[in-house]
Amino acid sequence: MKEFVVKAIDNGTVIDHIPSENVFNVIRILNLENFDNQILFGTNLESKKLGLKGIIKMRNKYFEKDEINKIAIFAPQATLIKIKEYQIIEKTTVTLPEKIEAIVKCFNPNCITNSENITTKFTVLDKVDVKLLCHYCEKITDKENFIISK
Amino acid sequence: MSLKNRSLVSINDFTKEEQLQVLELARFFEKNPVQDILNNKVVATLFFEPSTRTRLSFESAVSRLGGKIIGFTDATSSSLQKGESFRDTIKTVSNYSDLIVMRHPKEGSARFASEVSSVPIINAGDGANQHPTQTLLDLFTINQTQGKLDNQHIAFVGDLKYGRTVHSLVMALCNFNCTFHLVSPLELKLPSSVKFHINESKQKYFQYTRIEDVIKNVDILYMTRIQKERFSDPIDYEKIKNSYILKNDMLAGTKENLKILHPLPRVNEINEDVDNSAKAYYFQQAMNGVYVRQALMSLIFGVK
Ligand SMILES: [Zn+2]
Repeated sequence: MKEFVVKAIDNGTVIDHIPSENVFNVIRILNLENFDNQILFGTNLESKKLGLKGIIKMRNKYFEKDEINKIAIFAPQATLIKIKEYQIIEKTTVTLPEKIEAIVKCFNPNCITNSENITTKFTVLDKVDVKLLCHYCEKITDKENFIISK
Repeated sequence: MSLKNRSLVSINDFTKEEQLQVLELARFFEKNPVQDILNNKVVATLFFEPSTRTRLSFESAVSRLGGKIIGFTDATSSSLQKGESFRDTIKTVSNYSDLIVMRHPKEGSARFASEVSSVPIINAGDGANQHPTQTLLDLFTINQTQGKLDNQHIAFVGDLKYGRTVHSLVMALCNFNCTFHLVSPLELKLPSSVKFHINESKQKYFQYTRIEDVIKNVDILYMTRIQKERFSDPIDYEKIKNSYILKNDMLAGTKENLKILHPLPRVNEINEDVDNSAKAYYFQQAMNGVYVRQALMSLIFGVK
């Protein structure tokens, strides 16, 4: 029998296939520091798909679409599993949308969005190797330099 | 599509046909520079960062069209000193004027301005990002000196990494089946994003480190300034700056139709002994900026 490294939940959401190094980024981007129910997470778990993966389980939490988009920036291949009474009722893979508004800051320190109160807008150039083209300064922000905008 | 009431933020905002439309009308203004067609129109020139040359070129263009100019020449003299946001400045000035020409040190500022302004915006330079009217005047000049824009061999010399005029001119010329000869120090090569664009549009480019290796084969020699502050080691700069000084004797054996362009101001990359050569064309190039800006504004106002 397979041993569960991270305990199962009765109701809620499991985010699976997060790159291990990004588990804490996903926690931050979803603002889970302030989540008021059970959270279980693991990093460096074995995965056929990613080598090593991370996983986050949230009790009694179901996601809205814009929250899913946020996850895709740090975990473009993540699986989102909805659980009701220990049963999987829905399993979806996240995908980045064509455009991303807010969420990420433009990495270019000389971009107008970093000195005025302007909502960032990006065109997604690459959905897997996440590359975001700034609508304003036309520079490319990639996963090496993502900063979450507050 | 009509250019009426459109903003020009990035050279790619205009299609090839729209760019050619501006050039064609610029040829009219070259022959008929004074036209009373912007009566009762107010153009605001907002220079959040000083650039006397570009501002005077725009103001000359507006004056020759009979329009009025309001504005400021650097941010220290404006309400920005009092802490007003950029957004509020643009909103306010767009109520006072029919068109805003702006230069700003931050990249993306012109795009943002075009979203909050009620009147069209012409980007006269946003940081290291874009300077599309420079590109239009460069295209105009190439066409003027060569009689066409197609199938040109063009050498770009100097700082190809940070030079925004080079980036947008290369992109615009990708529509015209040109061959690019890129001459730069190794640390100031054309960025891969621009090379990607050259490859995408199936154009050819070659890279060199010496002007001498390419000067005899090209129709246009586009010189740019190498800025000392781009180098981490000042000794590297000292070595390189001397390799990119164009002197009159280097023009021996070059093509008859060769023209030397430079976005100006120059420091020392073109020796003054080149100025008297028939191949030197940078001052006429600057002059063309007025015609091109007249054409652009006329089209945006829909009066031509
Ligand atoms: Zn930006």
